[in-house]
Amino acid sequence: MPTDQTPGSIPGHENNGGVPRIQFEDVVKRFGSTTVLDNLNFNVGRGERVTLIGPSGSGKTTILRLLMTLEHLTDGYIWVDGDPLTHARQDGKRVELKSKQVAQVRKRIGMVFQQFNLFPHLTVLENITLAPREVRRMPKKEAEEIAMRMLERVKIPEQAHKYPGQLSGGQQQRVAIARALAMQPKVMLFDEPTSALDPEMIKEVLDVMEELADSGMTMIVVSHAPRRP
Amino acid sequence: MWDTSLFIETLPVLIGAFLKITLVVTVLSSILSALLGLVWAIALRELPAWAAAPLRFVLDFIRMTPLPVHLLVIYYAFNNLSPMTVGVLVFGVHYSTYMAESYRAGIDSIRKGQWEAATALSLPASRTWRAVILPQAIRNTLPSLGNWAIAMFKDTPFLIFISVPEMVTEARQFGGQHFSYVEAMTVAGLLFLVASYPTAVLMRKLEKKLAY
Repeated sequence: MPTDQTPGSIPGHENNGGVPRIQFEDVVKRFGSTTVLDNLNFNVGRGERVTLIGPSGSGKTTILRLLMTLEHLTDGYIWVDGDPLTHARQDGKRVELKSKQVAQVRKRIGMVFQQFNLFPHLTVLENITLAPREVRRMPKKEAEEIAMRMLERVKIPEQAHKYPGQLSGGQQQRVAIARALAMQPKVMLFDEPTSALDPEMIKEVLDVMEELADSGMTMIVVSHAPRRP
Repeated sequence: MWDTSLFIETLPVLIGAFLKITLVVTVLSSILSALLGLVWAIALRELPAWAAAPLRFVLDFIRMTPLPVHLLVIYYAFNNLSPMTVGVLVFGVHYSTYMAESYRAGIDSIRKGQWEAATALSLPASRTWRAVILPQAIRNTLPSLGNWAIAMFKDTPFLIFISVPEMVTEARQFGGQHFSYVEAMTVAGLLFLVASYPTAVLMRKLEKKLAY
């Protein structure tokens, strides 16, 4: 599993705080008898941007899916800001955490999918405000203000009242980014964010990602294309 | 031989039976079965395997045994219940097992990415169901729920097994008294059609309205 680190940063040697944002410790993931990840260890520091490149089937996406708790961790630990994500070590034993505890730490992570996965029955604005309102219990007005700010950040505030089906692929993916950002995550995961897009729409998504990277967001990006996700 | 005066005479009798019995049972049982069916479909997905398996068995059992048998068993087992109550309960529960299958198909049609997006946003299970899955799944399920409601409507003559004087029973009685069944049965058939057809049209309209 080759990892393409941002120039100037060395994995696990982040400057601020000491505790890595993300830490994979002896992570094992098996699907049936196939071992996809075998004793994987790596850190991602705060504000660090990591791109995972490699042939399909090498486990890049699995790393993101484990972090997002979309897959069950076979063995090992994942730490977010030093807190256990799905399994904790108690008295030297590996203990699976309850789903409520998992949710507390998972809230710090946002994810953007290859297929956008917007909710087709909700408007752009409702897509973005759903989680802040339901999970963070934010009043409607406040959630909408944040949503509009996020839409301005991804440069499509004028689409707020449309449905996802009325938008282009590039616009949908930018809504997906805004939706994840509205939960104010500390880490953003991107799973091949541009590979379902027409070539002419790739740039508008990459521009948003670059702006996000410049703002200091910790990012892990899975890509099948070297350098440019 | 066709006798128009009998036809006219039987109309108010059968419309009365239709409104008082057939329609009431159909509407109440439809509501009951639509709600219960949803509960079954969600329970089968959310319950741990040891609890889901017996529930699945009970639902299969109900679905694979005839409605008149249920009517008779419940009628005699709970003889403190009125026949109408038994009718509504039995029709509601029986058809809820069919509707549960329809809901399940609707829920299964929701792409995995929708569930994953909900997880990525940390939506708890209850809100994922309410805000993300069900609004989409029910839209897919609605046409088939409508069909079950119409099927149930056409099964209401089974109420004769527990002596509820619904429309077809009344038509048979009327025919017996006047030594001519054609007129009363024609009215009964027409009333079924008159009620079913607008329902089917309405369901189609609703379907279109819910599309996005």
